[in-house]
Amino acid sequence: MIQEKRITLKNLGKINPESIDDYINEGGYKAFEKAVGLHHIEIIDEMVKSSLRGRGGAGFSAGLKEKFTSEACLRCEQKYLICNADEGEPGTFKDRIIMENDPHLMLEGMLIAAYAIGASKAYVYIRGEYYKSIDRINKAISAAKEKGIIGKNVFGSAFSVDVEIKLGAGSYLCGEELTLLESLEGKRGYPRIKPPFPAEKGLNGKPTLINNVETLATIPAIIYNGPEWYTSLGTEDSPGTKIFTISGDINNPGYFEVEMGVTLRQLIYELGGGIKDGKKFYAAILGGAAGTFVNESVLDTPMGFDTLKEKGAVLGSGAIMVMSEGRSLFDITNSILEFFKHESCGKCVPCRIGMPQLLHIMENLKNNKIGRVEALDLLLYESEFMAKSSLCPLGQSPILPIKSLKQYFENEF
Amino acid sequence: MNEKLKETFSSFEGKEEELIPLLQKVQENLGFLSDESMEEISRFIRIPASMVYGVATFYTQFRFTPKGERHIMLCRGTACHVKGATRIQEEVENQIGIKVGETSEDLKYSLENVACIGACSLAPCAMVNDTVEANLTPKKVEKIFSISKDKK
Ligand SMILES: Cc1cc2nc3c(=O)[nH]c(=O)nc-3n(C[C@H](O)[C@H](O)[C@H](O)COP(=O)(O)O)c2cc1C
Ligand code: SF4
Ligand code: FES
Repeated sequence: MIQEKRITLKNLGKINPESIDDYINEGGYKAFEKAVGLHHIEIIDEMVKSSLRGRGGAGFSAGLKEKFTSEACLRCEQKYLICNADEGEPGTFKDRIIMENDPHLMLEGMLIAAYAIGASKAYVYIRGEYYKSIDRINKAISAAKEKGIIGKNVFGSAFSVDVEIKLGAGSYLCGEELTLLESLEGKRGYPRIKPPFPAEKGLNGKPTLINNVETLATIPAIIYNGPEWYTSLGTEDSPGTKIFTISGDINNPGYFEVEMGVTLRQLIYELGGGIKDGKKFYAAILGGAAGTFVNESVLDTPMGFDTLKEKGAVLGSGAIMVMSEGRSLFDITNSILEFFKHESCGKCVPCRIGMPQLLHIMENLKNNKIGRVEALDLLLYESEFMAKSSLCPLGQSPILPIKSLKQYFENEF
Repeated sequence: MNEKLKETFSSFEGKEEELIPLLQKVQENLGFLSDESMEEISRFIRIPASMVYGVATFYTQFRFTPKGERHIMLCRGTACHVKGATRIQEEVENQIGIKVGETSEDLKYSLENVACIGACSLAPCAMVNDTVEANLTPKKVEKIFSISKDKK
């Protein structure tokens, strides 16, 4: 029986999330205090050594991103740190759990990252519907300001920082980092072309580091315990722990923080209590809508960014949606494609035209105008075309579920 | 100008990057974005009204018609879909007598769809004002909305 290993959820249920004193009594803000006593390059070195990979989905090295942002434009007076709390990937709710239960942990991670890159201003861009999280973060910011943990010359150092909260306005696409910047500047949520990357030209044209809530909430433990401690957890390609959020046809749906390298089988049958109504496992979607379908052949693959990639799957945000026998893959694919069509911003042609086209193929299949094999091939052709020619990652997403259907469920779709 | 609007503006400077927070605050205080509000916002931030509309209509959060006393947002995310969100939607529409996207004439209810609201382990779910209603079944839907009918 595997056990949870909690780093970002270590205080869950142990402290009153609205009490900064509770947080401090559990050793909170010690890592930040340690950090401002070190040179910022030392912090970045530790982060690079920890090999922490971004938890927002793409899995890029958090340390390297800090390094790039820190080194960009040395004479720039203003740099920004943004915490991406716009969580909107279907099936994902890990960031909400962190923010509701331990808002100071995320805040402490933000402060350390801001110090590392030399940002004097930090934003939390949070989903507008997350009322409770917004309330908790607001309270946490005020409390930290009162204690002088956010403000001028924190812990007697030369570092000064301010943190502000901004609310998302209901667009999945705004969770994408460049679109998020547009939204923060008060514009429609249209993506920007990269390069330049935010590390060079981000918010208001200034170097900006954007990290996911879970990524940031991991930083205090790494700085406090050292990178060797962190790399001793998890697997070589994906060290540390990860929160998985499991939903669907399962007995104990919920969130579980475990070391990377556990298997889907362990997550579903040991922590998740098995499939509902004693049924058989049929399929799971890993990573949300912009994720991949897998069948039982992946149940024993260790969870990690690269191990799943080898299987044609993605880890993504850590969402796992489980389906028992009898569920219709067609129906769920249709729902995913509807979601993408709704969220497409319409800025570029391949995605604006491609999304309805994909649904049109689904419609034709439903009405028996085309066969299953032909439909899947058409979907694949269209989504491949979109992946190659769309402007931003949203138009490049439908290929993920579609390709995995072809790989794992060609005869059952 | 509407007093409430004036009061809302007083905590802003009128900078262009404040547009979205300002729209959010106006909607929070006045319930929805009326034509009058939109024009005043355009004057306040000094950008054309067409640009204010351009931004506001892009984001699903903004509404241009009044909200019902009980504003229901039904989740149509993948996890909720797997657990039967379509049937729940039918049942809600039946119970309150309006369709998704509508507000009832007596302004008691309004109904909308949202994408995943991060409560997938409680699927299928909905948000009624700012409370999450979890593990919905047709029976539960009936209960939630008939109780409220009696109260009123
Ligand atoms: C359509 C789309 C939506 C996204 N939504 C989110 C989100 O809600 N939260 C998030 O952290 N990252 C999201 N991302 C990923 C971000 O672009 C970015 O990679 C991430 O915030 C970087 O943080 P990390 O390096 O800590 O993972 C999204 C990406 C795309 C393409
Ligand atoms: S790919 Fe889709 S979401 Fe991205 S810019 Fe093009 S239309 Fe907009
Ligand atoms: S899919 Fe409905 S809450 Fe996530």
